[in-house]
Amino acid sequence: MPIKVFIPTPLRSYADKQAAVEVDGRDVGEVLERLVAAHPQLKSQLFTPEGKLRSFVNVYLNDEDIRYTGRERTPVKTSDTLSIVPSIAGGAPRAFGREAALLPSSRPAEARC
Amino acid sequence: MALRLTAEQHAAIARHGEQAYPHECCGVLLGGAGAGAREVAEVVPMRNANTESPRNRFDFDPKEHLAVQRQARERGLDVIGFYHSHPDHPARPSQYDLEHAAWPGYSYVIVSVAEGRAAALNSFELADDRSHFIQEEITEAASLSRP
Repeated sequence: MPIKVFIPTPLRSYADKQAAVEVDGRDVGEVLERLVAAHPQLKSQLFTPEGKLRSFVNVYLNDEDIRYTGRERTPVKTSDTLSIVPSIAGGAPRAFGREAALLPSSRPAEARC
Repeated sequence: MALRLTAEQHAAIARHGEQAYPHECCGVLLGGAGAGAREVAEVVPMRNANTESPRNRFDFDPKEHLAVQRQARERGLDVIGFYHSHPDHPARPSQYDLEHAAWPGYSYVIVSVAEGRAAALNSFELADDRSHFIQEEITEAASLSRP
């Protein structure tokens, strides 16, 4: 039974520029397996070389994070939607105050970290 | 890629950074990709869900991020990037930013807020091999409110 999988903006170029694709599967794991089988360039964006979901990749079945519903074994039904949502986090180095503020604000072309 | 922002959107990000100071602010950039540029249609402020070290860390609440993504889709907009502030620190990515970036293909905007006043605002994209950020040009789009 196909369910709709929403593809994040930067990954659409690996999924024939589609914002959503219909994928068959009995559970979330099978849907994700078939998604990357149909669009192989998505695989390294979503999974580590060991085959685990990358740490910043959250997968929601409807409104539920699959980490709390059985992970890849969470069963799916036709009316479900699967959303791939990246964790967004970051922050400045641990320097505060005037000294940090006086550092140069940008480099012209490329900031190597 | 360049990032196209209106003066109002630029000011909205700066203002959010000032309001959140000394904590970091964060938000989502909605819009679309055109020829050689990501064009911002809307700046969506998000709550900094990091309660342990909000002066130098930010996190999105994933459920709130899911909701923004869904609302954008319903309105025909895409998530094209994210922004956050660096209180009393330059507007360039930290090692922590690099380690916690999502995929290449987004714009990652950083505004420096020095002693409570917004200063430089820069935009970066992640290199394809995720090894570093590359600064991208910010161009000013015509104001949406002007005729």
